[in-house]
Amino acid sequence: MIVRELELDLDAFEGPFDLLLALVLKEELDLRDVDLAGIITAFLERLAEREELDLEACGEFLVLIAALLELKARALFPDEAAELAELEPEEAAEELARRLAEYRRAKEAAGWLRERLAAEGGRFFRVGPAPLAPRAETPLAPQDPEGLATALRLLAEEPADVSLSHMALRFPPVSQFLEQFRALLRRRSRFDFETEVRELTRLEQASAFLAVLELRRAGELAIEQAAPFAPIRVSRLEPEASKENTAQQERTAAWTVRSA
Amino acid sequence: MDRPLRLIPTDPLDKLARTLEALLVVASAPLSVEELAVAAADDPERVEDALRLVGERFADGRSGIVLEHVAGGWAFRAGRDEAVACARLFERPAQRNLSQAALETLAIVAYLGPCSRPDIARIRGVAAESAVANLLERGLIAEAGRDNGAGGAVRYRTTPVFERVFGLESLSELPRLDDVGPDAAEIRDRLQAVAEKRSA
Repeated sequence: MIVRELELDLDAFEGPFDLLLALVLKEELDLRDVDLAGIITAFLERLAEREELDLEACGEFLVLIAALLELKARALFPDEAAELAELEPEEAAEELARRLAEYRRAKEAAGWLRERLAAEGGRFFRVGPAPLAPRAETPLAPQDPEGLATALRLLAEEPADVSLSHMALRFPPVSQFLEQFRALLRRRSRFDFETEVRELTRLEQASAFLAVLELRRAGELAIEQAAPFAPIRVSRLEPEASKENTAQQERTAAWTVRSA
Repeated sequence: MDRPLRLIPTDPLDKLARTLEALLVVASAPLSVEELAVAAADDPERVEDALRLVGERFADGRSGIVLEHVAGGWAFRAGRDEAVACARLFERPAQRNLSQAALETLAIVAYLGPCSRPDIARIRGVAAESAVANLLERGLIAEAGRDNGAGGAVRYRTTPVFERVFGLESLSELPRLDDVGPDAAEIRDRLQAVAEKRSA
C-alpha cells in the first residue's frame, strides 16, 4: 500500500493524497478548508481492507498527517510569532528585545524576592482574617445564668398528657325532664324554672331547659320571661292544644343533646 | 504646641503605650497608626510617639516579641532568635517551597500589579494559570478588579501577607529594576544582526 496514492474524496479536494500535499506545499490549497479527519478515515478504511497491518504505510501516514495537523493548527490560531512576522525586521527585533528585557526584569525581581525570603526566613507572625470593621451592636442586658437554666429545664420536661375528659361529657337524657315537667304541670298550672332546677348540675340544668323548649315547641306549655336574665316562668297550656301536637311530639321525643 | 502633659509625674505616654501593646497583641494583621489612634481614643501623633516607646521595649535581641513596621501598619512578630523554636511548632504555608515560576509571577504582580493572567503570560512566555492559583491559595496575591471593567480578565495585586512575608513596609520598598545592565543592549544588537541577515 502506498500512502501517497491514497484516493481522497473530500469537500475541498478530490484526488490522490500526493496531489493534496503538493497543493498545500505550493499554498494553492488552504489547509483551513481541508477536513483532515476525512483523510484519516479514508486511510483507516483502506487499511481495514487488508488482512495484514502495513506498518510502513502507517508510519509514513502518521508523519504526513502530523505535519498537516501542525500546519493547520498554526493556520487556525495565529500566534504572536505571526504578529511579529508582520513587523519590519527592525521593529520585530526591537519588540523581541523589549519583551526579553521585560522578562529579564521579572526574573531579576524574582531573584531579589528569593534572596529577601531567605534573609527574612526567621519571620514568624500571626496570620488571620482581616480585623472586623467596628460594628454598632445592641448589647443585651445582663442576664442571670440561672434564668437560662430554668428556661432549658422547662423545655426538657415532658409535657403533661392532654386531658380528654371533656370529650366524654354525658348529658342526662332530655326525655327524663320531659316526663318530670309534664308531671309537674299536671299538679300545678305554672312553675318557676330556676326554682325547679336549682339543685341540679349545670349539665342537668341545660338538659332541663332543652326539655322546656321541646315542650314549648310541642305546645304543651308557655314560657314567659319579663326581661333578659329574669326568672323564667313556665305555665300549662290547654290540653286540647297539646293533643293536636301529639304526633309531632312523638317524632321529636328521641331528640337529644347529642344530635345537636 | 507645648506638651503640658509631660509635666505630670506618671508618664501618660506609658499608659498609651500599654494600650497599644494590648491592641497589637490581639490583632492578627498589621494595624495602621489611624486604627490604633481610634481604638486608643488618642491623637495619631501621640500614638506614633508611644509606638516608638513600644518599639524600644520590643526589639530584636531585647525581647522574644518584636514590634515591626510592615505592610503599611504596625505588628508584633516573633524575635529572629526564636525562629528555630517557632519552626518546630508552626508551619508557614504562605512562603514554603515557592517555585521559580511562582516567584517570577509574584514579582510581576508586585511590580506591575494590578495585572491580569494574560499580562503575566506575555512577560513570562508561558501560561500563568497554575502559578496564579498557587499564589492565590497562599494568600500572597488577591483579585483586584478586571481589565476594562466587567467582562475583562481578572486583575491581581499582592496582599499585606506578601509584604509581611517579605518584611516590606510597603511595595515602594521593592528595589528599582529599570537598569537591566549591559545584557539588554547586547540582546538588541544580536537580534538586529539576525534581522539584517534575513532582510538581505
